[in-house]
Amino acid sequence: MHKLVESKMIVPNIFLLTLEAPAVAREVKPGQFVILRVEEDGERIPLSVADWDRVKGTITIVLMNVGYTTDKLASLKAGASIPTVVGPLGNPTEIDKFGTVLCLGGCYGMGSLFPIVRGLKEKGNRVVAVLEARSSYLFYWEKKFEEISDRVFYITRDGSRGYPGHVGRLPEIIKFSGESVDRMIINGCTFLLKRGSDVSRESGIKTIVSLNPIMIDGTGMCGVCRVTVGSSTKFACVDGPDFDGHQVDWKELLQRRKMYLEEEIVPLRTSRCEEHKKESR
Amino acid sequence: MSEHQTKKLDMNRRGMPKQLPEVRKHNFSEVALGYPLEIAVEEAKRCLQCKKSNCVSKCPVEINIPEFIQAIAEKDFSSGIRILKEKNCLPAVCGRVCPQEEQCEEACVLKKKGGQIAIGRLERFLADWEAEQTKLEMPKILPPTGRKVAVVGGGPAGLTVAGDLIKLGHGVTIFEALHRLGGVLFYGIPEFRLPKVIVSREVEYLKKLGVEIITDYVVGKTRTVDSLLEEYDAMFIGSGAGLPWFMNIPGENLNGIYSANEYLTRMNLMKGFLFPQYHTPIKKHRKVAVIGGGNVAMDCVRTAQRLGAEARIIYRRSRIELPARLEEIENAEEEGIIFDFLTLPIRYLGDENGWVKGIEVIKMELGEPDSSGRRRPIPIKGSETIFPVDAVVCAIGNSPNPLIPASTRGLEIGKNGNIIADEETGKTSRERVWAGGDVVTGAATVILAMGAGRKASRSIHEYLCSPGNW
Repeated sequence: MHKLVESKMIVPNIFLLTLEAPAVAREVKPGQFVILRVEEDGERIPLSVADWDRVKGTITIVLMNVGYTTDKLASLKAGASIPTVVGPLGNPTEIDKFGTVLCLGGCYGMGSLFPIVRGLKEKGNRVVAVLEARSSYLFYWEKKFEEISDRVFYITRDGSRGYPGHVGRLPEIIKFSGESVDRMIINGCTFLLKRGSDVSRESGIKTIVSLNPIMIDGTGMCGVCRVTVGSSTKFACVDGPDFDGHQVDWKELLQRRKMYLEEEIVPLRTSRCEEHKKESR
Repeated sequence: MSEHQTKKLDMNRRGMPKQLPEVRKHNFSEVALGYPLEIAVEEAKRCLQCKKSNCVSKCPVEINIPEFIQAIAEKDFSSGIRILKEKNCLPAVCGRVCPQEEQCEEACVLKKKGGQIAIGRLERFLADWEAEQTKLEMPKILPPTGRKVAVVGGGPAGLTVAGDLIKLGHGVTIFEALHRLGGVLFYGIPEFRLPKVIVSREVEYLKKLGVEIITDYVVGKTRTVDSLLEEYDAMFIGSGAGLPWFMNIPGENLNGIYSANEYLTRMNLMKGFLFPQYHTPIKKHRKVAVIGGGNVAMDCVRTAQRLGAEARIIYRRSRIELPARLEEIENAEEEGIIFDFLTLPIRYLGDENGWVKGIEVIKMELGEPDSSGRRRPIPIKGSETIFPVDAVVCAIGNSPNPLIPASTRGLEIGKNGNIIADEETGKTSRERVWAGGDVVTGAATVILAMGAGRKASRSIHEYLCSPGNW
């Protein structure tokens, strides 16, 4: 069992969980993920690791409440335990001396992006962080990013902070900043990964995206996480989760992610009814 | 006069009581119900107790077959189970899923007249008898040697190694990647062929013997082989064949196309058929095509049917080349599974939302035998047809799991990604590391993995008794 040390909603619908997982904390590197189960009957879901403390043996996860299991996780209080936290899985993000790296993060991806930025700085890169959200109140960890990045830009859909609009503004931001970007790394929802890759394709900047398809075991066994990259099929769990964003078949990935949309909602509805019934009794 | 000639030969191999096809195809309960006590005794009494027992030499784990059958004939079941467990720590499993027709029963002298002893059914009988007893007899465990062995993978190979070595007094820790032990016995083989309560019982037995079990631990990721070897005196790798093959034909990544591993894991390990009580969903499809002809394909197609689909096998050769056990093929046929032989999928068609809606196949004819000795299927030009499906399960095999080969220094790897290990001892190119089962051979059977585990545990024990003597 893995004890939940800390749990809080950091911005609406996005939660930060710190879990006891010493074996994972000892080995994890930026860009890796864990698979967890929230209860004995639970499903296995992959979540990126946003930070860790090797001494205390804890890992931190930033998640968005989108379906049954994430809802259960989000509702757990500190002190509760969950049965499975296995990892670190997947290959770490490639971190080397690249020059200037633009790190783009959105929603839950701002969390997992942070240790990548830290790693890149340790290697002596210049890091330009770009954070995207619907509105200014949905940013978190801005201070952490501002402390270690060379520059931080914000994009909001409603224009309440930084550049108004979406990732499409990226070329302007790059132009305005005067930076010559050698590599781009994107963490976030699949739309952000896709749009960011579309934008950078024109300028020819090598772009690495961290994919988040459906998984079960996370060790290569089931193949549900397969994704077309270039002309071949890859398993995101063992070949990724990082891939060249210009090679990913985005349409297929977006469709595959929707495979169980309906089922993600069904138990949420029924369990909510059950809880409601219990309460009303 | 020898005993053989004086005893009247009883050639009536006792049939296995089963759930009726019409009933069982709608439920997930076990198909074969097991011998009642009297039938088991009758069957056991047919055994000729040959002096030179061919059955034993055909058994990968060398069970003393005539002796345990004799015990059943004498109704001394506790001796029977003891004899069985001397060589086989998973009799309830093997009695159900071993291909006895190719092994012990194949070698039975009564086979010539079609009356071979039902060794597998008797094995199962004893194991099930034991499970009903209130007091579980524990085997003798030798005094602790102080040596520690890490077993990677809680499947049939690893469980065998653990069971053998713990009895010899060594400390054993099993590291399992998933949250349940059993490997393919748990996530792969369906409930109707091997109830999970049996697998759990066998695992509990190992725990009682003192085996330490660590789940949710991926060796090669959570901790490397190199790092574990600093703490353990020896290591056995039985990480299985966990990397599914696909055919690499157009449309294969459409929604609704599964690997056999995914389909079965959703069902068996994650209990998708109990969704939403269990939270892992499995779709209830209407028309399911399963590609392949092995035991795994039969498991998938019969699962799909039990979930309410019209289920068919698509296989590129003909019925006689089906690699599945005859018993499973017959069960599937009785249950009304459709078989499309000499048929090869060439393309999948999708709808506007990316879900599979059709499959294009081409008819095949059999040509000259290929390297496997089976006649090579050759496509017949112009025979392409399209038919509708809403799900496809690809059950054409697996490669060895890549995580350990990719993360371990000095481990010799074959061209299929398999770990190279000595056939007789299981020794790898890396000192103090043994390997066996599907990670060495590629996808094979439960009993062959157990056989490899048996050989490796013997070699590990020898090494631990005189370390330094690699």
